[in-house]
Amino acid sequence: MEKIILFAPLIGSILCGFGYKMIGEKAAMWLTTIMVFLAMVFSWVVFVGFDGETRQIELFRFIESGTLSVDWAIRVDRLTAIMLIVVTTVSAFVHLYSFGYMAHDDNWREGESYKPRFFAYLSFFTFTMLALVTADNIVQLFFGWEGVGVASYLLIGFYYRKPSANAAAIKAFVVNRVGDFGFLLGIFAIYFLADSTRFEDIFAAAPAIAETQMTFLNGTWNAADVIGVLLFIGAMGKSAQLLLHTWLPDAMEGPTPVSALIHAATMVTAGVFLICRMSPIMEFAPNAQAMIVFVGALTAFFAATVGLVQNDIKRVIAYSTCSQLGYMFVAVGVGVYSAAMFHLLTHAFFKALLFLGAGSVIHAMHHEQDLRNYGGLRKKIPYTFWAMMIGTLAITGVGIPLTHIGFAGFLSKDAIIESAWGGHAYLAFWALVIAAAMTSFYSWRLMFMTFWGEARGDRHTHEHAHESPLNMLVPLGVLSVGAVFAGMMWYSDFFGDHDQVNRFYGIPSHEAVAEAGHGDDIHGADVAHAFAMPGEGALYMAPDNHAMDNAHHAPQWVKAAPFMAMLAGFFVAFTFYIQSPDLPGRTARMFRPLYLFLLNKWYFDELFDAILVTPARNIGRALWKGGDGSIIDGGINGLAMGIVPFFTRVAGRIQSGYLFHYAFAMVIGIAVFITWMMLAGGAQ
Amino acid sequence: MDNLLSIITFTPLIAAVILGLFLRGDDAAAQKNAKWLALIATGATFLVSLFVLVGFDPSDTGFQFVEERQWLMGLTYKMGVDGISVLFVMLTTFLMPITIGACWNVTHRVKEYMIMFLVLETLMLGVFCALDMILFYLFFEGGLIPMFLIIGIWGGKERIYATFKFFLYTFLGSVLMLVAMVAMYIDAGTTDIPTLLTHQFSAGDIVIGGKTIVGGMQTLMWLAFFASFAVKMPMWPVHTWLPDAHVQAPTAGSVVLAAILLKMGGYGFLRFSLPMFPVASDIWAPLVFWLSAIAIVYTSLVALAQEDMKKLIAYSSVAHMGYVTMGVFAANQQGVDGAIFQMISHGFISGALFLCVGVIYDRMHTREIDAYGGLVNRMPAYALIFMLFTMANVGLPGTSGFIGEFLTLAGIFQVNTWVAAVAALGVILSAGYALWLYRRVVFGDLIKESLRTISDMGLRERAMFAPLVAMTLLLGVYPALVTDIIGPSVEALIANYETALIEAEAAVRLAQN
Repeated sequence: MEKIILFAPLIGSILCGFGYKMIGEKAAMWLTTIMVFLAMVFSWVVFVGFDGETRQIELFRFIESGTLSVDWAIRVDRLTAIMLIVVTTVSAFVHLYSFGYMAHDDNWREGESYKPRFFAYLSFFTFTMLALVTADNIVQLFFGWEGVGVASYLLIGFYYRKPSANAAAIKAFVVNRVGDFGFLLGIFAIYFLADSTRFEDIFAAAPAIAETQMTFLNGTWNAADVIGVLLFIGAMGKSAQLLLHTWLPDAMEGPTPVSALIHAATMVTAGVFLICRMSPIMEFAPNAQAMIVFVGALTAFFAATVGLVQNDIKRVIAYSTCSQLGYMFVAVGVGVYSAAMFHLLTHAFFKALLFLGAGSVIHAMHHEQDLRNYGGLRKKIPYTFWAMMIGTLAITGVGIPLTHIGFAGFLSKDAIIESAWGGHAYLAFWALVIAAAMTSFYSWRLMFMTFWGEARGDRHTHEHAHESPLNMLVPLGVLSVGAVFAGMMWYSDFFGDHDQVNRFYGIPSHEAVAEAGHGDDIHGADVAHAFAMPGEGALYMAPDNHAMDNAHHAPQWVKAAPFMAMLAGFFVAFTFYIQSPDLPGRTARMFRPLYLFLLNKWYFDELFDAILVTPARNIGRALWKGGDGSIIDGGINGLAMGIVPFFTRVAGRIQSGYLFHYAFAMVIGIAVFITWMMLAGGAQ
Repeated sequence: MDNLLSIITFTPLIAAVILGLFLRGDDAAAQKNAKWLALIATGATFLVSLFVLVGFDPSDTGFQFVEERQWLMGLTYKMGVDGISVLFVMLTTFLMPITIGACWNVTHRVKEYMIMFLVLETLMLGVFCALDMILFYLFFEGGLIPMFLIIGIWGGKERIYATFKFFLYTFLGSVLMLVAMVAMYIDAGTTDIPTLLTHQFSAGDIVIGGKTIVGGMQTLMWLAFFASFAVKMPMWPVHTWLPDAHVQAPTAGSVVLAAILLKMGGYGFLRFSLPMFPVASDIWAPLVFWLSAIAIVYTSLVALAQEDMKKLIAYSSVAHMGYVTMGVFAANQQGVDGAIFQMISHGFISGALFLCVGVIYDRMHTREIDAYGGLVNRMPAYALIFMLFTMANVGLPGTSGFIGEFLTLAGIFQVNTWVAAVAALGVILSAGYALWLYRRVVFGDLIKESLRTISDMGLRERAMFAPLVAMTLLLGVYPALVTDIIGPSVEALIANYETALIEAEAAVRLAQN
């Protein structure tokens, strides 16, 4: 069944991409959609029926070289199961949604069949993402990792006639490759230390790796820290964390369903998944964890500030995604992997919902994306409005404080903020609380500017604004259900008490290990006997990792803080955009430098262009003209002027003489050699 | 079938002789006959070479299909293949029919052109099969002559300059190699490669003119061979002949040059330098590492700045060969496996990329990147193929390009993390130059008037690419096809190398006591 989940989208993609001329556009599009729905149904069967036992399904051999032995294999454990439902569910409904969204597109000329290509790419993405989450070893994970990168590249650049889309696609790929640089080195370090790339072996070797010092570049470091930091660099690229985040907002050049599927719900969370998957290593890498918390908190804060002032509806949501990913990393960094996975799951629903809702708005407004040209759309597109409303309530974290009743984001985001407190990352805690206030502000700003107030911008467009067709509204409805209930439904599994969470992830409980009686085999302190070993179950939490328990016992004000922040954000937004609509303009003028700083996204693009991109081109040119041209060739030519005339005299030809010199010299050389050999009586 | 290797090696030569003696005239019919004969000959060679692949026993790490007979003047004609060389033979026979297919539109002196390629194939196969040092040298150096002629007669405007540069570089290297071979013969008393592989060349320090040479004889010989192989690879900084040669060479010439001729240097390192001079290899490995790492970063940066498609791909080839040299001298299983894999895979990928350039050069007669743009609008099939090989060139997992890079980097990481880190920068830069090239040529709107009527690939062109696509994907997903064959031989090579190092160290210690 797992094989069908994995390969159904691939088969759909190939048949659709290459065979659409034979079976027709419509049939090809339905084929991919049905395949992904099939995968979705099976994924839910796997998720619901999962018994906590990790399973491996061997497919066939991959790389074999000495002790490096890598197979294609499927690994099914709780982490995989969670990702399976996230990926296939969002993907299936995005496929469905695309029937409506892609039906007419002004970027294409009459008679061009772009739709099958789009669906083939979507399904191909789904396959590679599934390959990533089902990987049984880190090399296969890297295969999926790069595969989703290519799919993302192709889909961002889907409108290949637009220069901006092409530039964004290349940027996404290259920036991700910067992360991959770290990821690859991390894989090599793992292989070097664990002598295997299979997760089982890596996890088993984790305690030993933690004891090892390794020389890496100029220093000697703790091996687990080296691996942790290198892998996190990979995760930073894919999950758009600070410094490597610049590609994500530009990626909005892709069609909106792509933004929902790839750049919100699934691909960008791959980094979080990777770090959770490697929890047995991370638990032994305190410095890497500290770095993750730092970068995560900073990203959450930074992206939220930028989101405050953006005017493109998709960019606001993109920065919001960036920020929410930062939240997840903070949870990972303090060791509450389960909270990160929880937020990953709920975020997939409500962020995909927001994006698809935004797509529906854009669709209604004839591809107008500027918030300043919206306004008063509540009545025109009521279903879309309510879907967006649910998404906003979910992302801002609306619920009843100090209970477990609320929208999905209320439970998962608060879990992360409490975890930050529980993990003693107090700075991160405050950064996240402030970011939560800003999240609330920009989300409501988006809502108010779109659906309330006067109609702004082109009047003709507003008059013709229409509700989207049913195949776009159904996905909105389904995702709305997830955005409302996902949090309450799975709260105890992801963030309940210790035993519940352990049972969910298949981590053996204390008694089970004691009864099994192989306590003697486990080396280390006696305390360790009572706890699961790395590799048992889908996650590993070290015996001294009490962050989650601390979080549960956090003071009341800590638990209520995110809710208060949410309220504050809402009221500020309400004041700015409903009560006195001239206030935003005045504030922007008053704090103009700050406003520009935020509007220009802290000038990261300009900075990177100045210190990386332009120098790379200039150095390339300098090396070519100077290095290859003047120095190397200059030297050789100088040498040649000395030698060549001599040979040309010998052969007496100028034009193509050197050819004959060559043959000549070779023959002479051989002849001399052979003669000498014979005289010396050498060869027999 | 005792002389299978000879049959494979000389079938193209016989076809060349037949062409030369019996084909008269230069009209369209004669040209067509010449092309078909060449295609049939190279195709037949490939089919026969399949017997070698099928009959090859990977678990036997010695030489197989060995032929030995006395030749003129006391020299021995000896051929054979082992796990290291057999796939290069296959690569050559596999690519030659495709290369001939790429010549189909040539009209200038077709008969001679075909003869050149057939002779070239014989010489290249000889290099990979020869088990006698003299024989190897003849094939190795001889192979350059048809290449000179291909560039010099059928090349572009600057062909004389390019050929001259090519000649100059290779000539200096080969003179030194010949000298070293003479020295080896003096020392070992034989030119038989299997015997030389077990011979221990003296590695004691020697003093010349007051200067101590660490590694003694081995160092000197190693350096002499290095001079020749490094130029052929080509390694930085002796790579500048390659871009010029590629730019001037006709499409088919570029394909052979990139896909097969460059591999002779890497093969030489594996056949001679590493096993015969282990002590010197060990001493000089850091030099090779750094030259390779510099090559990867330097040429990738230079590739970013190119305006000529062929030059860009040529520079990218130099970068990819950097992984090979790095992997060879990492001298562990992953490194050497990866180096061989990288060479095989680069044969398919770079060959295909030069064919991609050829496809549009045939139509527009320019290699300027700026002359193109928006080809996807009229050439969707071409866009697809070019995308696949661009991604393979970038080293995307799932294509063969990934396996070689991954293994060589995994190999070098165990030896030197700095080199691994610098070389891994190539991962970023290659994505930059390859996608930037693709974007400028294929994507965008089609606005250039000259491109309005450009046509997509025809049946012949698709047939040329089909086998390359298949191999690139097959080896990317199931690389065990290659590693199963090379693995045992490489393992033996590494084991011998390590034993030799230990013995040499013991000898040094003994001498000191």
